Amino acid sequence: MAPVLELKGITKRFPGVLANDHINLTLNEGEILALLGENGAGKSTLMNILYGLYQPDEGEIYVRGKKTTIVSPTDAIRSGIGMVHQHFMLIPVFTVTENVMLGAEELRAAGFLDRKKAADRIRDISQRYKLEVDPDAYVRDLPVGVQQRVEIIKLLYRQAEILIFDEPTAVLTPQEADELFAIMRELIRQGKSIIFITHKLREVLEVADHILVIRRGAVVGETVPQGADKNSLAAMMVGRPVRLEVEKRVAHVQNKVLEVRDLVVADAQKQITVDEVSFDVHAGEILGVAGVQGNGQTELVEAVTGLRMPNSGTIRLLGQDITRATPRQVTELGSAHIPEDRQRDGLVLSFPVADNTVLCTYYKPPYAKGVTMQWKKVYEDAEKLIQDFDIRTPSAKTNVGALSGGNQQKVIVAREFSRPIKLLVASQPTRGLDVGSIEYIHKRIVEKRDEGCAVLLVSPELDEIMELSDRIAVMYRGKIVTIVPADQATKAYIGLLMAGVSPEQAGAPQVGERVVESTL
Amino acid sequence: MATIVIHRKKLETITPTRRRVLGIIELVVAALTVVLFMLHVQPGQVSTFVMTPGGITQGIAANWIVPVFGTMLALTILSALLGIYQLVRGFGRQTNLVLGVVAFFFIFSFLLWASAGKSLNLAGMLSASVLLAVPIVLGAFSGVLCERAGVVNIAIEGMMLMAAMIGALVGSVTKSMWVGLLAAIASSLLLALIHAVLSIKYKINQIISGTVINIFSTGLTSFLSAKFLQTYQYLNNPPVFPRVPIPLLADIPVIGPLLFNTNIFVYLMYIILVIVQVALFRTRWGLRMRSVGEHPKAADTLGINVFRTRYMAVLLGGLVAGIGGAFFTLGSVGRFDEGMTAGKGFIGLAAMIFGNWTPIGSFLAGLLFGFSDAIATRLTLLGTGIPIQFMAMAPYITTMVVLAGLVGRSMAPAADGEPYNKE
Repeated sequence: MAPVLELKGITKRFPGVLANDHINLTLNEGEILALLGENGAGKSTLMNILYGLYQPDEGEIYVRGKKTTIVSPTDAIRSGIGMVHQHFMLIPVFTVTENVMLGAEELRAAGFLDRKKAADRIRDISQRYKLEVDPDAYVRDLPVGVQQRVEIIKLLYRQAEILIFDEPTAVLTPQEADELFAIMRELIRQGKSIIFITHKLREVLEVADHILVIRRGAVVGETVPQGADKNSLAAMMVGRPVRLEVEKRVAHVQNKVLEVRDLVVADAQKQITVDEVSFDVHAGEILGVAGVQGNGQTELVEAVTGLRMPNSGTIRLLGQDITRATPRQVTELGSAHIPEDRQRDGLVLSFPVADNTVLCTYYKPPYAKGVTMQWKKVYEDAEKLIQDFDIRTPSAKTNVGALSGGNQQKVIVAREFSRPIKLLVASQPTRGLDVGSIEYIHKRIVEKRDEGCAVLLVSPELDEIMELSDRIAVMYRGKIVTIVPADQATKAYIGLLMAGVSPEQAGAPQVGERVVESTL
Repeated sequence: MATIVIHRKKLETITPTRRRVLGIIELVVAALTVVLFMLHVQPGQVSTFVMTPGGITQGIAANWIVPVFGTMLALTILSALLGIYQLVRGFGRQTNLVLGVVAFFFIFSFLLWASAGKSLNLAGMLSASVLLAVPIVLGAFSGVLCERAGVVNIAIEGMMLMAAMIGALVGSVTKSMWVGLLAAIASSLLLALIHAVLSIKYKINQIISGTVINIFSTGLTSFLSAKFLQTYQYLNNPPVFPRVPIPLLADIPVIGPLLFNTNIFVYLMYIILVIVQVALFRTRWGLRMRSVGEHPKAADTLGINVFRTRYMAVLLGGLVAGIGGAFFTLGSVGRFDEGMTAGKGFIGLAAMIFGNWTPIGSFLAGLLFGFSDAIATRLTLLGTGIPIQFMAMAPYITTMVVLAGLVGRSMAPAADGEPYNKE
């Protein structure tokens, strides 16, 4: 029998880049094929070709042995291909039913919608595949995990046979991810076939039947989970051996650097998002703040770095009250900030690398003299930082916007680390970076800690938190639920807290149960 | 597999602060009624409201005689009670409705005060309100159609102005109001097409594109008007659509003359209201159009043609705006004057926002604006001592107050004004 899907020699060129280089792929019925690769390796391009969003320059697509041309999502849907996008394609103000039937509406006469019939079909699907959801609920009211279920139902409603999951766990808690894996297994049990795109090694080993590794647009390896481990997969992905665990000595904790007491912060919509939060960070330790995105971490970081005025409470840095300080005052006291969105808050994309390295210090000697800039000095120092921090850029004059994500992040790290700092606030410092860059950034952060810097690390990636932190605070709905020493925390325990289970119900963590997981 | 709890958060749209502020506003309105109106009327006075508009022969109703002081007292007490309840408990979802009721009481008290001891043609005023509301409401419908698909259209003013002039010109030349109407619609459609191409295909900032069209329309119509229409009167003398009473319905007292004995533009307004309201929320067409305005990428991945949907929406918006523009010349005064739309297109957009991007809401908001316009005109005639200029400001002040403070959180389409880039 012919495989469900076969890609032969798919090639896609973008100006200056070979995004896909003669990729061959075979998906058999009832299996989960994992497509593993770093960001920018060409996984998403390949899937967008399959879903009709891009056209390949060369190559052929066979669905059930039949050659198929796919020039639009409509064609893909017709061929039984469906995609769960990384960023959900759902309309918040529509109900589940409306979202699901959009584009494939159940109709009465004259174009009138038959919502009831559609809702009934959704109920059938949700029973058959164990995807519980209320068809009449508005999508905006649903938690992320359920929204993802709606996305899956959307595909099943269109009778898709081949389901593509694009980085589906990026927005989920560990428990929600486990539920998703259960759903995926149920789907293949009922005869569907799945392509699972990810860069997380653990997930691949856990759920895939087949693994295809892509690097720089080409297939570099094919294996099965039984014959692979994390280290071999990571090496295949990056093209060199990678050290997955961060080397970390025991923390040498010193004086208190940051003190936060009863902090209340509201977001732009005047909703209280940080609710009476108190904690300390000491020199020489990393305090990791775990939590699903959107539980107040962003506002907490903004308040600590002076970007957002708290409603009440106090923040002290080295004994000085900085509750109402401006970002510049906070920076001058020795605080460094790696923002969660580097392109929006961390860099001026249309400025050269050199200018970006002096954004915190440009107004002071040696970079400024009176009202004039000392460009010679700026460029001298920038060249040095480019060397020291291994920033891959054609020159210091290149606009930051032209660099890759990893190198952009290195520019920020270089800027923040090149001045004497007492506190580092790192918000999702490795978001969207490749394995190599993650390894590098993690090493640098641990180095800073060992130099006696206090580090506040915020990340929705539980693995990253577990790996780097000395103490772990869990944030849920604006509150810090608990703070535990990292060596006493297990992944399952933290995951439950992240999902809103109270510490009492989650059960005390047991010493020795901890399993060191890699970030990948 | 774990059991799944589906959270259904209740969306709290009325914050406690807003609840209290509105409560206080309502109490202040009650107090104002006492201070401004009640203290200035004699106990025995009556107002005479004429309930048949002038020039109407069907559906004649008797005059309505209202004791001024007693009625005002009752309305004030009711307003105060509503205000207190709003302050203490709040009306939840009904908050805006209650606010509207209090505002209505205030306006009615105002009318009583203004007409105390005199007679006021209330029915005439209401029918004038409807007529004045026509271009506002049609402008608002045009806005709803465009913005629901994600295209901001501030060129409605310009489209209406152009349609008004072309309607007058073609109507005069051909001596046919129908040809004039069609020409008006065609001219508005052409401008809509320009807006669509600029903002959908070339992704120009939609505010800029709209502004350009407005400036172009103002310039061109002023030029042609000054050069030809005002000089050669035969070019500016189009036939006007007559009143068409609907048999039987037009004979109902009060309502008949108001709703069922008027010209085709008012009927068209009702028809468009029903069609757009139903189509937007109950048909496949509406679902797809709204999806394009909310999340075009999602619509695209489901095989919906975002560009075609937006083009269609903007062109339909242009069509409706064209009817609204033609009303000025072919449905109302029968001649074109420079800048005669006088910002009605913009007020239409305000009505659209006030009406929360729904046809029915826009319609009611448009009626409100039309009513405040009518009050201004009528009361100037009654001689209340309020300077004419202030009365003329009424519709615009209503617009500002409504937009600035009372709307609360309105729900614009999420992708409103954002060009769609297909990768």
